[in-house]
Amino acid sequence: MSWALLLEWVIKSAVIIMIILGGFAYLTLFERRVLARMQTRIGPNRAGPWGLLQPVADGIKLIFNEELIPEQADRVLFILAPVITVVPALIILAVIPLGPEVTLFGRRYVFGLASNINVGVLYILAVASIAVYGIVIAGWASGNKYALMGGVRSTAQMVSYELALALAFVGPIMLAGSMSVDAIIEGQTHLWYVILQPLGFLIFLIAAVAEINRAPFDMPEAEQELVAGYHAEYSGMKFALFFMAEYGKMIAVSFIAATMFLGGYLGPFLDRWPLLGPIYLFIKVVALLFFLVWLRATFPRFRYDQLMAFGWKILLPLGLLNVVITGVIIVLVGG
Amino acid sequence: MNLMGLLRGLWAAFLSMFEMLRGLWTTFRSMFETPVTYQYPEVKRPVRERFKGRHVLKRYDNGLERCIGCALCAAACPADAIFVEAAENTDEERYSPGERYARTYEINLMRCIFCGYCEDACPTEAIVLEHQYELSFTSRRDAIYTKELLIVPVPEGGKPTPQNVPVGMFNRAIPEMKDPA
Repeated sequence: MSWALLLEWVIKSAVIIMIILGGFAYLTLFERRVLARMQTRIGPNRAGPWGLLQPVADGIKLIFNEELIPEQADRVLFILAPVITVVPALIILAVIPLGPEVTLFGRRYVFGLASNINVGVLYILAVASIAVYGIVIAGWASGNKYALMGGVRSTAQMVSYELALALAFVGPIMLAGSMSVDAIIEGQTHLWYVILQPLGFLIFLIAAVAEINRAPFDMPEAEQELVAGYHAEYSGMKFALFFMAEYGKMIAVSFIAATMFLGGYLGPFLDRWPLLGPIYLFIKVVALLFFLVWLRATFPRFRYDQLMAFGWKILLPLGLLNVVITGVIIVLVGG
Repeated sequence: MNLMGLLRGLWAAFLSMFEMLRGLWTTFRSMFETPVTYQYPEVKRPVRERFKGRHVLKRYDNGLERCIGCALCAAACPADAIFVEAAENTDEERYSPGERYARTYEINLMRCIFCGYCEDACPTEAIVLEHQYELSFTSRRDAIYTKELLIVPVPEGGKPTPQNVPVGMFNRAIPEMKDPA
């Protein structure tokens, strides 16, 4: 029994990590194709049919790139920083259920690793915060003042928007009356929280886009204006890890948004065919990823002072207001 | 606090939300437009009529070369890309209708800036910048185009050079230009 359980968990963990890794590879292609179409271009379509082998080609290229470590760099921290950045992106999906419980050969299986723990939402926030360390350490360890400034800038941005992100989570938590992700999904059986929490969803989306450093909040990279931020000195696979972290976080944030506000794996006919659950979740996640790419194709970048002012003076008060309104309505209606 | 100012701010925020949605709609709509990309190696965009690509050396209808080896092109070339070595024509071995012809004609396409001054300088309209633009080389040696590579094939009804012509048929140093415009 115990080794069977162990095997089950190992398989689940592998699947979750593969979702991020495989998703990362093909998200880059998806983004490039969608961006190209929005700019009335075609995008990469040469490597393999429809460019499907492009991520493989990119990966091979990055593996064979020279790995430079600057002389002034702190070698241990320099190597550690991309690892610290990428690991949270890989493990954050552990509390997201990918589908409903199924009974197979007399055993009950859950799609998901630990979706039933009672602090699931706290886990998401805690793990998401760790990525900030990777970025500030990367900037520091590079031994380059520009990388350090980039790291500080990114850190300030991520810390600011994390507050709004956490406040956006409070709405669903209050409505479900639990911090367990399973309970939050069960609470959306009849009505998705995006309808009950439109302001919360909006705050979550904006804060999440800023948290994962995506356009129009991609100050840390700002490829048209700066060389790069904290990863200016990184090359080869270490750079690829930062890249992977960014896209992995995109996927993770889409999973979280789909779960907290769009009903997760819920959808019609789920009782009859439980395997539809992962498909529904996949569709929602792809729609959200498309939305993230769409935002990048549309909006110009924020100025840095606007970014901080927006985060602290608008988003944070709005988040608090949303919590207060939600609380009052729950008390009045009776939850 | 000024209530009117607050309301005006809220109204501005609402309007800017609308503008953001309009921006999103614009990018979404352009997804369904035909891409402007040419799939280059398979589909080639035709160049303009006056496009200045690789040079060719022209011939007359009877197959004689237009180039008379005067090296005015080499003199006009600002990049010093052209080398011409002239030799005398004879009636037994005639290459061009003039007194001389280009025995060696080389253009270093790595030096060439495709300005077309050679074209302007040529008294017989022998050198013309045509529409070939796919010029890539794997060595410096390959970038030097010789006369054999530059000259156009013999036209229909013409004879290849050197031609054996009757004595006294060509007696001018520079052939007469039909349309000296």
